[in-house]
Amino acid sequence: MKTFRWSIPLALFIILLAFLWVGLGRDPREVPSPLIGKPAPAFRLAKLHAPGETLSNADLKGKVWLLNVWASWCVSCRVEHPLLVELAKSNIVPVYGLDYKDDPEAGRGWLTKNGDPYTASIVDRDGRVGIDYGVYGVPESFLIDKSGVIRYKQIGPITPEALQEKILPLVRELQR
Amino acid sequence: MTRLFAAVALALIAALALAGKMDPPAQTGAQLDARLKKLETELRCLVCQNQTLADSNADLADDLRREVRALAVAGKSDDEIRSYLVARYGDFVLYDPPVKPLTWLLWFGPFTLLIGGAAVWWMVLQRRSKMTPKSEPTAEAQSRGRALLDEEND
Repeated sequence: MKTFRWSIPLALFIILLAFLWVGLGRDPREVPSPLIGKPAPAFRLAKLHAPGETLSNADLKGKVWLLNVWASWCVSCRVEHPLLVELAKSNIVPVYGLDYKDDPEAGRGWLTKNGDPYTASIVDRDGRVGIDYGVYGVPESFLIDKSGVIRYKQIGPITPEALQEKILPLVRELQR
Repeated sequence: MTRLFAAVALALIAALALAGKMDPPAQTGAQLDARLKKLETELRCLVCQNQTLADSNADLADDLRREVRALAVAGKSDDEIRSYLVARYGDFVLYDPPVKPLTWLLWFGPFTLLIGGAAVWWMVLQRRSKMTPKSEPTAEAQSRGRALLDEEND
């Protein structure tokens, strides 16, 4: 009974400590998306490099693809951009760009300067498609499977760790 | 105790349900403005996180306000607008999160802690009131104690 008496507050304290510890390590800006496991919201938008042509998510049914939300005004997009260029060169998974709330002219210029990793980029001038995808902080990336379901969302720049440990293994699994 | 807990839970759910039902679906003019104002203060700006959609100057907040207005004008109820945003951004956009298994800790945790604390307090009081001194100190011990106290006072 004696040991039991102090072990309860101690256990409660340890539980509290565990919660606080986990809380410290989490980024409050990363809000889990309710879209994971759900079909990617439908869009049909003009292509950045061919304004006369459109691209729809339905056109990409049957393949695994990465949707990267970017903009020429987005500073942290520069951080992940070399990684995307590398990824595009490896031909593992096609990357499609969503030029979010951007001037198409500026967007094209930015890609010329920094390299264009995108199989195609589409223009979301007023950010409506961004809202459908729950975008709140550019860059964001969505991994979409063959049946058009969102399987993973990266909020903020893709880090080398996230690419190696999460995205690429998942791509391999989904491509099977 | 379980009954009290259930009663509190029921009262909360009822209050929430009522709060959701009372919004008049105004679609035009000053009434719409007032309705949107109220709705926007219940929604969180995803970019600034601790500001409501009504208060935020962020670009996204602007877009979302426009979106909310468009939905309201199209005749959507407040609940429909809320679920439109929740479907895209998750429960985090709501300053008033729904009661569901994932948020039980959030809703009932404080009450559970309060009740638990009261129970511990009650137990301690009970134990204390039962406590009685084992026996009167002997005359010898008393005089020794007095001597010690006097020594201290000198």
